[in-house]
Amino acid sequence: MERDVAIIGVGMSKFGELWEKSLRDITLEAGMYAIFDSGVSGKDIDGIVIGNMSAGRFTGQEHLGAMAADMGGLAGVPAYSVEAACASGGAAVRQAYMAIKSGEHDLMLVLGCEKMSDVTQGEAINTVSVATDWEWEGMFGATFPALYAFMARRHMHQYGTTEEQMSLVTVKNHKNAQWNPWAQFQRPVPLEIVMKSGLIADPIRVLHSSPVTDGAAGLVMCSADLAKKFTDTPIYILSSEQASDTLSLHDRRDITTMDAVVRSTKSALKESGLEIKDIDVFELHDSFTIGEIILTEDIGLTEKGKGGKLVEEGVTEIDGKYPVNPSGGLKARGHPIGATGVAQIVELALQLRGDAEKRQVDGAEKGLAVNIGGTGGTSIVHILGR
Amino acid sequence: MAEKPVAQFWRKIRSVYNIVGTHCKTCGEYYFPPRPVCPNCRRKGELEEYKFKGLGKVYTFSVVRQAPPEFKRQVPYVIAQVELDEGPRLTAQIVNCDPEDVHIGMRVRACFRKIREMGGGGIIVYGYKFEPTMKVTGHNKE
Repeated sequence: MERDVAIIGVGMSKFGELWEKSLRDITLEAGMYAIFDSGVSGKDIDGIVIGNMSAGRFTGQEHLGAMAADMGGLAGVPAYSVEAACASGGAAVRQAYMAIKSGEHDLMLVLGCEKMSDVTQGEAINTVSVATDWEWEGMFGATFPALYAFMARRHMHQYGTTEEQMSLVTVKNHKNAQWNPWAQFQRPVPLEIVMKSGLIADPIRVLHSSPVTDGAAGLVMCSADLAKKFTDTPIYILSSEQASDTLSLHDRRDITTMDAVVRSTKSALKESGLEIKDIDVFELHDSFTIGEIILTEDIGLTEKGKGGKLVEEGVTEIDGKYPVNPSGGLKARGHPIGATGVAQIVELALQLRGDAEKRQVDGAEKGLAVNIGGTGGTSIVHILGR
Repeated sequence: MAEKPVAQFWRKIRSVYNIVGTHCKTCGEYYFPPRPVCPNCRRKGELEEYKFKGLGKVYTFSVVRQAPPEFKRQVPYVIAQVELDEGPRLTAQIVNCDPEDVHIGMRVRACFRKIREMGGGGIIVYGYKFEPTMKVTGHNKE
């Protein structure tokens, strides 16, 4: 018995450095907004999935399933926590999708969260490096930005991608985020400032990198037949696909391509019967701006090596042919690691409902999200439609 | 990071001190870090220990300027993917040269160095870093 799966409610906490709020505060906030938005009540929810990377190290708290259920007054409801580094949020969405599609669950609350500002910057750098192959990369001094710098350096070397193109991704995503009320940086930033910002791991500068962010995002998902009971504007998950690659970046065939993204995008398009040109809006994992350039190539918006040109020509602007990250992306919305994959789906649902206000992509009907774990060891792709 | 117990590092000493990986006799591929299963051949694979020559070239690199506490005193340092002559790539620091001089394709050889201390009272980890090869050794065929 395979069933179609719908999203009937979305919610977000504010993203940013939220000194006055704890992990449980922001998780509850996002979940409650999603529940209010959907119109369901507590008794309708028969399962909870929560995506998180490293609450144990960031806050000292694990067992987030029980925490989420308890805080929401839903103790008794089964709650699962899932981890896939920076793709933990996407993994949570996919777990709920599979559970509902199979018939095991009917209506679920999906959460993603990360509280990153409760530790010092040094501890934060060390905790983020658990997403690398820690024994053979992080251990030798390769920070997470350094690994993306490895990709950027090769991309520049092989395809002539420029620092200016990497900076233009920042400019675009900050421009979009000024219209996103949940974003961490709701202000534009000029190209000269990006190009002159401090180097953290050459050629990557601080304004090419996503920030340290606290935040949570939530969805209410259910079977398509149930969705009509609660809303006139359900958004359907047309496909959900996932692929893996080597844990470490040095074992990859080619570090300018994420094979897991190529594979999972191909199967998601096939599953939904669509071609990439049928998609109206994209949320792509830009933890570093070179990531957005690589992903635009790997999902097929342009050929390998031309991703820099794409942003230069304005193709990925909100009013361009292929709008990428109207939310501001990880760069400007912020990147609370476990929340990101869920926040991408929240943005696509708002876009397809026509509720994205000033950052609305005109008439968007189909959306695609790519959520990456680590340096590409996990790729999770969702295609949504209304 | 808090102090780490010793065993996590002690059990890898063979590999990390001498660049010892594996070689699959079935498909001929070399692996570093060592792998317990050949991903090409899986159960048909036959892995044997292999000590790498420690020669290779820079495949890609970065200069780390924002580092975790254990590496703060080394900043700025060059971290690179080194492509070993036998094929596999590994991640290591490049030392004994000006960061400005490091470039893709630069010939390097392994040297034995202190990698890090695991916190204030923690153990000191040693292992491989790489340095530019010298012309006199004949390894400098860029």
